[in-house]
Amino acid sequence: MNIINFTPLPAMTGGFLIGFAVFLFYIFNGRLAGVSSIASDSILIGSNRIDNLLFLLGLIIGPIFYSLSGNEIESVLTNSLPLIIIGGLLVGVGTKIANGCTSGHGVCGISRFSIRSITATISFIFTGIITILIFGIK
Amino acid sequence: MTKLSSLISGIIFGFGLTVSGMVNPQKVLGFLNIFDEWDPSLGFVMVGAILIFSPLHFIFKRKFRPFFTQSFIIPSKEDIDKNLILGSSIFGIGWGLVGFCPGPAISAISFININVYIFVLLMFVGFYLGNFFLLKK
Repeated sequence: MNIINFTPLPAMTGGFLIGFAVFLFYIFNGRLAGVSSIASDSILIGSNRIDNLLFLLGLIIGPIFYSLSGNEIESVLTNSLPLIIIGGLLVGVGTKIANGCTSGHGVCGISRFSIRSITATISFIFTGIITILIFGIK
Repeated sequence: MTKLSSLISGIIFGFGLTVSGMVNPQKVLGFLNIFDEWDPSLGFVMVGAILIFSPLHFIFKRKFRPFFTQSFIIPSKEDIDKNLILGSSIFGIGWGLVGFCPGPAISAISFININVYIFVLLMFVGFYLGNFFLLKK
């Protein structure tokens, strides 16, 4: 194992910002900012729909502010259409069934010391690692 | 007022995802690639977010109510069930194939890339299918 492309400072800074955003949503709206739940609720559940859609809109605006402040954004996504289709479906189905994703279980849940969320996080990191071990990085 | 706080929280969240580099699927895949060339950055993002949210939320929960709503909404489930493990495992496979989880995928809508839109669309289809699965049980 070699360590490459490690960017601890931006990672930690971004993490602080995410933690702060989750905290704001918590103290103002009284809710946990799990993105998969906010996104799926916005189509499946009527309550808080406008709040949910505005949060998602904020997620889209965030990178635009970052660009406007003169920073370059690097983002390389696979070109393989089958991979994108299968990946999108699995991420949607999986986070719905597990009731949470990297933010809901990984950040909010672990912050609350939830055994469920710790288990979920270990599970998706584990299968993610195995997936890359088998298929490699596309 | 919850509308304004939703939008602002979303913007800061999306900004944080961008600062951290997590809107780049290659960095996420690098984190999962522990046996070859490992990029530990994602771990630092999670730890950073938890370091801020965990203590603040415990302090707040004890002393206050939410500013704009009646009470805190916290998941009541505590047991580890089959769906939790099954769903998380399925999610992890998709995550490892593409390098997107829901937050970064939605933030990436701001980069004009048709493949991002297809991913997000299919993710929403996945929410429907997952919900159907849960209701059938």
